[in-house]
Amino acid sequence: MRGSPGATRARGTGRPAPRRDQTMSFLLLVEQALNGLQLGVTLFLIAAGLTLVLGIMNLVNLAHGSLYMLGAFFAASFARLTGSFALAVLLSIAASALVGLLVELVVLRHLYRRDHLDQVLGTFGLILFFNELTKIAWGPMALFVDVPPALSGRVELIPGAPYPVYRLVVLAAGLAVAAGLWWLITRTRLGMLIRAGASNREMVGALGIDIDRLYTAVFALGAALAAFAGAMAGPLYVVEIGMGDAILIKVFVVIVIGGIGSIRGAFVAALLVGMVDTFGRILPSLAGLPSALAEMAVYVLMATVLFFRPTGLFAARG
Amino acid sequence: MKRRHFVAGTGLAAAASATVLPARAQASGLRIGLLTTLSGPSAGLGRDTVDGFNLGIKHAGGRLGGLATEVISADDQLKPDVGKATAERMVQRDRVDIMTGVVFSNVMLAISDTVLKDRRGVFYLSSNAGPSELAGRDCNPNFFSVSWQNDNTHEAMGEHMTKAGIKRAYLLAPNYPAGKDALTGFKRFFKGEVVAEVYTQIGQTDYAAELAALRAARPDATYFFYPGGMGIAFVRQYTAAGLAQQVPVFGPSFSLDQTILPAIGDAALGLYASTFWSEKLENPANAKFVADFEATHNRIPSPYAAQAYDTAQLIDAALKQAGGIGDKAKFRNALRAANFSSVRGPFRFNSNHFPIQNYYLTQIQKDARGRLVNELRGVIFSSHSDAYAGQCRMKP
Amino acid sequence: MSPRLDRRAAVAIGLMALLAILPLVATWLDQGFYVGQLRRVLIFAIAAVSLDIILGYGGMVSLGHAAFVGAGAYVVALLHWHADRGIEVLGILPGTMQSLATIPAAMLVAALLALAIGAISLRTSGLYFIMITLAFAQLVYFLFVSLRFEDAGRSYGGDDGLRYPADVTVLGLVDTTNDLGFYFVVWTVLALVLLGAQRLVRSRFGVVLQGIRDNERRMRAIGFPTNRYRLVAFVLSGAIAGLAGALLALHESYVSPSLMHWTRSGDLVVMVVLGGMGTLFGPVIGATLFLLLEKFLPDFTEHWMIVFGPLLVLAVLFARRGLIGLFDKRGEEARDGGH
Repeated sequence: MRGSPGATRARGTGRPAPRRDQTMSFLLLVEQALNGLQLGVTLFLIAAGLTLVLGIMNLVNLAHGSLYMLGAFFAASFARLTGSFALAVLLSIAASALVGLLVELVVLRHLYRRDHLDQVLGTFGLILFFNELTKIAWGPMALFVDVPPALSGRVELIPGAPYPVYRLVVLAAGLAVAAGLWWLITRTRLGMLIRAGASNREMVGALGIDIDRLYTAVFALGAALAAFAGAMAGPLYVVEIGMGDAILIKVFVVIVIGGIGSIRGAFVAALLVGMVDTFGRILPSLAGLPSALAEMAVYVLMATVLFFRPTGLFAARG
Repeated sequence: MKRRHFVAGTGLAAAASATVLPARAQASGLRIGLLTTLSGPSAGLGRDTVDGFNLGIKHAGGRLGGLATEVISADDQLKPDVGKATAERMVQRDRVDIMTGVVFSNVMLAISDTVLKDRRGVFYLSSNAGPSELAGRDCNPNFFSVSWQNDNTHEAMGEHMTKAGIKRAYLLAPNYPAGKDALTGFKRFFKGEVVAEVYTQIGQTDYAAELAALRAARPDATYFFYPGGMGIAFVRQYTAAGLAQQVPVFGPSFSLDQTILPAIGDAALGLYASTFWSEKLENPANAKFVADFEATHNRIPSPYAAQAYDTAQLIDAALKQAGGIGDKAKFRNALRAANFSSVRGPFRFNSNHFPIQNYYLTQIQKDARGRLVNELRGVIFSSHSDAYAGQCRMKP
Repeated sequence: MSPRLDRRAAVAIGLMALLAILPLVATWLDQGFYVGQLRRVLIFAIAAVSLDIILGYGGMVSLGHAAFVGAGAYVVALLHWHADRGIEVLGILPGTMQSLATIPAAMLVAALLALAIGAISLRTSGLYFIMITLAFAQLVYFLFVSLRFEDAGRSYGGDDGLRYPADVTVLGLVDTTNDLGFYFVVWTVLALVLLGAQRLVRSRFGVVLQGIRDNERRMRAIGFPTNRYRLVAFVLSGAIAGLAGALLALHESYVSPSLMHWTRSGDLVVMVVLGGMGTLFGPVIGATLFLLLEKFLPDFTEHWMIVFGPLLVLAVLFARRGLIGLFDKRGEEARDGGH
């Protein structure tokens, strides 16, 4: 290539292998593991709602990513208005859940009985609509949200590897929500109904439960989770139109690997995907391969899992 | 025939016939196509481009070269295929005389054939992108870069970091033509050891993984090229990860200019950048430009605005010299002469239609009003030309 | 033929005639730009028809069809690029711009890709099938994003895409630089694809395929190897999509991985369903309208998506039989590929 000695030429990428022996030092391992967990937890928050809706209402909702996006945008605006990040997150969850409820009432309700193709197309149309609506409401430029000052420091969990406090907060919050969700699903009546609905919808209806209210509750829960993920993700990344679509694919991979309708499956799969994705991103550059190959890793993982377990790891339905 | 069928059939036919809409009336004036990035994380660059260009027209009395000027602007969304389709429309249907505005080199290359090979003879005056292909082997008589060649600003920083005694540098850039040009240019002048050369996905906003790897490599310094939203995300995360104290970071102006500084804030104080233009450069043209831009838009202009402004001024001067755009050869020679007062001071074109100009070292400081600006610290290169002119086989 | 089919054939012939006349008019009016735009419509119509075979007649909801179009396009693009530079692909295969070689090569590669993807995907069904085709499409997309090559300062690859000369002689007759000539080549290909597909769906194979779509268990009980039929349909469909991709590559002189993004697959599905699933000509109408709207609505308002999105939702909810359904007599129950 351009005269850099010691360069490895993997398919002509022209990227030399790092001179220093960049073996996976322990610190690097720890830092990447934390990054992977944080990504996994974010994916789980979005996936949880989607897998519930899919499992219980049999609804493919491509527009779920839009709720994540709205959560991020609302949080950015509320943060600017109120000056308090915590308040902004709460308000954003409320606002997004409201939007979600509206969408459920107006559009999604009519799609429950339709086949998956109709649902895919209909919710695809919703994605287009929401992307454009966001553009009109917030403008085409992306927003950059500041990490709240109180959380902008670093913590040395292991000496020599400072890790941003905010990312730890996101990780902790996500785990807390996961725990809360687990409690809800396994220890409350609502959770019991959800589990029952996921494995046998007709029976639940036959037992006299108001299915419509159950569906709405489940949908609102999912929307709130996605919005929460979006609000927290804002300061980490960039708040931009279409951010929901980008992460949606990974979320679907998580759900398919985990098994449709299974929260436990979504959790395990989300962490798995988060780790594979994060470690995948640095491995190629260590080996001199294009980083895009890392993106493939997640899909190869999914294809492999489906090959051996065509209904995912923890399918809720028999 | 049933009425439903008739209505449906007519509707379909009408829709199909709508494709044969006549092009807009061809005025005897000047039509310019401004294709730039107006959405997404890097939309600020496009916005500055549009604002700078329009200010240039305003300072020319609202008419470039005395001609009634129509500017058609569009968003390329930082997608080469979208850019290509839009350029096609502008060149073939709207029949623009000149095109400009593209910020990103991948879009630039995607549209280059469409614009430069059109039978009517359309000029492309680049207000930003300057890929090495178009400076060397693919140079074209209708292509002019009013900004720089992609490698240049990075060459300057490579030179400076060598002089500053940096031994081991870690390099990062997005994986697209300008990113590759950037690090190629940097390495051309940097004599130290390149610890790693990392290319990330263009538009990527999460650098946690890359930063962790950087930390583990323990370089002396980091050199990064991330324009627009990528730069904002990178510097914020770099600072959040605590790396700013451990590993000093250097960048070209694009990584540290006014499209990025407001969003990064004080984390950028003290950082060094290499540039061909700074808002602090002192010459009459620049003083007028910066003052008027700030007054109109309430923000300090970035290099993107300055380049676009210069592009408009160059078009104005060349049109006046050539007496219009009718004679392409005459217009081209007038462009080559570059008889205008650039906001960057001395400016002339090389044989490959790329600029020969100075490159400076700047440092981010606060001005009298507490805003972050690029203060000048010295000259790195005088009258610097690009490395590809020799490969250009354009007939003079 | 039932009266309804007669009517649909009339619509088909009418629209094809229109598509033959319009470019002539455009050229006469010195609006050559529109010839190119209509040509693009024809190419996507070919891709949409290929999708209809598996979607409308086979009942397979594939969100990964754009991968085959993209693969076909890239084969042609790569062969042209390497021919232009005089370098072998992967060091062994010489580049070529001979369409007699590049187009069949494109179709072959697309077919092989469809075979590989189909063999794995068709083991699943329902929602999982949709998801896995989506995942495979993304896989192919990222594969092409990471495809890079450099030679003496010129490179291609990744997100930036690939530029190459596309001035070729198609079948030794027509030059692609001749806008109109190439247009009619594509038009002819579309007509041939439509006729061929019609024969396919009316043949024994086609009838069995539709039977599998309607009730797979019954067909299997009768003794048909249902997966094999599906796979054959999938591969055929992929090959035709590859053909569309090859023509697209010749048309654009530029390819990029965005061709294969899952949203493009989504676009194809929209074209098929909106036009009328399982009707073969419906997709042509769908492609025409979709692309025309996409091209010309932005002229009216830059926020056209805010109309298009809900339109799509409404169409799904209320106009399930697609646009071609507009031409049916009221009350005719559609026993099409749809519902």
